[in-house]
Amino acid sequence: MNKTVNPTDLELDDNAPLYAARKKVYPQSVSGTFRRTKWGLMAFCLGVYYLLPFVRWNRGLGAPDQAVLVDLPNSRFYFFFIELWPQEVYYFTGLLIVAALTLFLMNAVGGRIWCGYLCPQTVWTDLFYAVERLIEGDRRERMRKDAAKGTMKLERFAEMLLKHSIWLMIAWWTGGAWVLYFNDAPTLVKQLITFQAPMIAYIWIGILTATTYIFAGWMREQVCVYMCPWPRIQAALTDEWALNVTYKYDRGEARTSLKKANELRALGQPVGDCVDCYQCVAVCPTGIDIRNGSQLDCIQCGLCIDACDTVMTKIGRPTRLIGYDNDINIHRRQEGKPPIYRIVRPRTITYAALIAAVGAIMLYAMLTRTLLDINVLHDRNPVAVKLSDGSIRNAYTVRFLNKRGFDRAIAIDVDGPVNATLHIVGADSVTQDRPVIILARDTTTELRILVTAPAENNPEKSVPVNFRVTDIGLGEVASATDHFVSP
Amino acid sequence: MTEHSDIDHVSGTSTTGHQWDGIKELNTPLPRWWVITFYLTIVWAIGYWIVYPAWPLLWSHTTGIWNYSTRADVATELANLEKIRGDKMVALGNASLEEIEKNPALLALARARGKTVFGDNCAPCHGSGGAGAKGYPNLNDDEWLWGGSLDQIMQTIQFGARSGHSKAHEGAMLAFGKDGILKKDEIVTVANYVRSLSGLPTAAGYNAAAGAKLFADNCVACHGDNGKGNQELGAPNLTDKIWLYGSDEATLIETISNGRAGVMPAWVGRLDPSTIKALTVYVHSLGGGK
Ligand code: SF4
Ligand code: SF4
Repeated sequence: MNKTVNPTDLELDDNAPLYAARKKVYPQSVSGTFRRTKWGLMAFCLGVYYLLPFVRWNRGLGAPDQAVLVDLPNSRFYFFFIELWPQEVYYFTGLLIVAALTLFLMNAVGGRIWCGYLCPQTVWTDLFYAVERLIEGDRRERMRKDAAKGTMKLERFAEMLLKHSIWLMIAWWTGGAWVLYFNDAPTLVKQLITFQAPMIAYIWIGILTATTYIFAGWMREQVCVYMCPWPRIQAALTDEWALNVTYKYDRGEARTSLKKANELRALGQPVGDCVDCYQCVAVCPTGIDIRNGSQLDCIQCGLCIDACDTVMTKIGRPTRLIGYDNDINIHRRQEGKPPIYRIVRPRTITYAALIAAVGAIMLYAMLTRTLLDINVLHDRNPVAVKLSDGSIRNAYTVRFLNKRGFDRAIAIDVDGPVNATLHIVGADSVTQDRPVIILARDTTTELRILVTAPAENNPEKSVPVNFRVTDIGLGEVASATDHFVSP
Repeated sequence: MTEHSDIDHVSGTSTTGHQWDGIKELNTPLPRWWVITFYLTIVWAIGYWIVYPAWPLLWSHTTGIWNYSTRADVATELANLEKIRGDKMVALGNASLEEIEKNPALLALARARGKTVFGDNCAPCHGSGGAGAKGYPNLNDDEWLWGGSLDQIMQTIQFGARSGHSKAHEGAMLAFGKDGILKKDEIVTVANYVRSLSGLPTAAGYNAAAGAKLFADNCVACHGDNGKGNQELGAPNLTDKIWLYGSDEATLIETISNGRAGVMPAWVGRLDPSTIKALTVYVHSLGGGK
């Protein structure tokens, strides 16, 4: 099809427009496997998003009982049984890596399936389309109504008002659900209703309402085609084995009308299965013709598959003229070979292995996560102090983290230079020769600890010093090692 | 403008006329909303130039109609900070030094505040961690010229030493050589005697008895019978292992010959009372406080 053009023969098209007006897309309703899958996933995603803040999780007295909570003022993040401190943000790094790799893996298996089924932009746009269809009717009706813009009647105006009101209500609720993740949900709902919620909550609801309404109501497929970076990245990551929504031109071409096809078939002449009914184009939410080959604008939603399957069933031809497939198989079929599918190949194995590895690291870190922690910082200036009797003293700033929901008494032991003595600036009490301090629940405590080596035991050079804290009640232990140096 | 146009046969879109390896560049126009957004950003930028300080002029810059300035922002935020701190600093001012040390919250505040104030005012002489230097006492050790109790430290911070303030610590090491009180060989002898007080080796052929006599005649008035020093006079303990100027023979000879009179400035009036309290607690908690 492509003929090579001699560069000298090329002419510039100076009359091409600088910009293009948006071509409005009127996706037609469709039913079938993929449509049902999409409804199911939409219900699931929206259900999780809107209801999750109301799920409770008992963490004991005084601790928030919201299952998923981002507690910004106290710098805590709660996710069911997991509680994360700012020191543990690396979990989020791990989570982001896993998310990215999962996206890569999905892409290697099924192209942009994230875009077609799970992306918030798709989910909300789909919901908004459903509302539009319910109020204004299906494709043809909407096209007719839009075309008759000039003669708008009261009825049409009421219809549009209703549609936009419902859209705005959904958008507003979306913003409302968002802020519930940052505060106790039932309390915040009450505050929101009585206009006593903090200003910032209203601002965020406003932002999310506006973006949801504009992105899902007005921008729709334009977000996917012009604004989203993923299609560009995805195009670079994909390979020939990925299963993309594909028009099997080996079966479909040459396309012709149903009547002509039947005639030709009766004569025993070769003819394609595609009857050129344009149903696949009519249902496409990005308004493209998949028969032109896989393209950036396709979000892999599979609705064209449903549409074409319906047609094929009606005309008594096998379904899946459009289906998840790849070019390799089209060529193989043309050569009379059976199609092959390679889900397991180096690329997918690599992604899966990486996901498993990062997941395992995170799980390990999660399981071995300590609820009592100690950080030691050696004084830098001076690193060591000589006292009047010739003994050497080093000072350390020690930070204790009590991640439990109750106060606890801990004892501090220091193993360092021989016969070293210990002094804690501001220690609560001393029992059995070792200092004991109280750590308030869910906080960090910082203390200054002075370690003194007597003159006769002055270490020659640097020796390790080990700080160990023991929870007197629970026996939990944490330790950290630093150095004791001589001047 | 030419009448010709090259249309790509596959897509039916016009091309820009560029081609690489037989791949033609399609002329796909931008969506209209995209172009409008682009123009809006230009309008926004122009508005920004008018509202905010933006353009450099030869000697100054345009100030913008809002007279916005980051300096003014900083000043406001600092004022707000002072307001927030206000209550706590008042609590600090009302508590006694001992109470502050016993109350974990006040102690933490005093240490934090003391540390910054120390960094701003004291670090040039005593070092950022109070490690001191030759002639500037190390505040982390347990030797104190003028006493290391909370009250004594506060006294010294407030009025200083030889600072010219009427309540300042006075008393200086005399210049025994320069003022002709001791002869050169006597100075060497007494220097070695002082070294022997803290167990340091003495020079070969030095006369210990003569040293003891010279010390008794000249030094005990300030440093005491056994060289243990006197905090009333700021006379250091000569029997311990800590030396403000150095313990080698040459340094001791120089000290005895020319005397020493380091100055600690008075901070009363320059720092407010609660800040001085915080500073006192901070220095005391460095580890050497008595
Ligand atoms: S071409 Fe098919 S799969 Fe792609 S976006 Fe359109 S309807 Fe969805
Ligand atoms: S729906 Fe199927 S038959 Fe109809 S035009 Fe599309 S590919 Fe051809």
